[in-house]
Amino acid sequence: MHWLALLRPGDWLVMAGGAALVGLSLPLLWQGGFAERAIIRQNGQVYAEADLHSRRDFAVPGPLGTTLIAIEPGRARVVADPGPRQYCVRQGWLRRPGEIAICAPNRVSLQIAGRTRAYDSLSY
Amino acid sequence: MTASVTELTVTAEDRRVAWLATAAVALSLVDAAIPSPLPGVKPGLANIVTLVVLQRYGWATAVWVSGLRVLAGSLLLGYFLAPGFFLSLTGTAFSLATLGLARHLPARWFGPVSLSILAAFAHIGGQLLLARAWLIPHDGVFLLTPVFAAAALVFGTLNGLIAAKLLMEPSAAATHR
Repeated sequence: MHWLALLRPGDWLVMAGGAALVGLSLPLLWQGGFAERAIIRQNGQVYAEADLHSRRDFAVPGPLGTTLIAIEPGRARVVADPGPRQYCVRQGWLRRPGEIAICAPNRVSLQIAGRTRAYDSLSY
Repeated sequence: MTASVTELTVTAEDRRVAWLATAAVALSLVDAAIPSPLPGVKPGLANIVTLVVLQRYGWATAVWVSGLRVLAGSLLLGYFLAPGFFLSLTGTAFSLATLGLARHLPARWFGPVSLSILAAFAHIGGQLLLARAWLIPHDGVFLLTPVFAAAALVFGTLNGLIAAKLLMEPSAAATHR
């Protein structure tokens, strides 16, 4: 292959160094850690915490009715909510730490947490 | 026709810089036409010209050609003095400084590919620093570093290979040195 003839020994070294740099910078992409737990809150209080390892369903009571939440390995979502606009349901699966679905009318929220907390608090 | 009062003498060197800068600007336009998944991830084809100029005519000419390319390229693409212009300028300044140092590496071991990769990393490094300091004053800017670094490695290698290929070919211009 004549393209390989254009490379000098040091070039391989620089390429390896560059690849190492890319490898070292990779953890930056997962700064928030991996999704490990789902935190369900009702009226601001923690209603339940679930590990994102197995399948589980929660029925959370609120002022409007019951919000259904599904936990699966590595992801969680709001399945059904009595709220009028269905924002939290339409958000779909949450899988990254810090992601949150808020069903404001029924005062239920579902948040994904990793090992490290990226934010102390969030306000909307 | 009246003779001009001011007389600019154009040397062969001036003409050469102008031609090379034109080639670099043309490649910048090609660069801009290639769709990119992320702002900042670009092949940087114009750097091929910089590398060839650096090897054939020296660092000072490379600085001229790159500087003119950033200026004329930004005017043609309509981002002169916009944030993109300063990002471009910073990246170019960082990579030219790196090239200025790296060209003293022993040529037997380090070819255009090495220079290209080092310049590409310096380019994106400078841009990230400017973006952090000025445009987006938050460490979140660095979250995409792996993507930019990978792009720098891939495109740096490819541009370096193309430059090395061009430098293999004997050039009439090279004898003017």
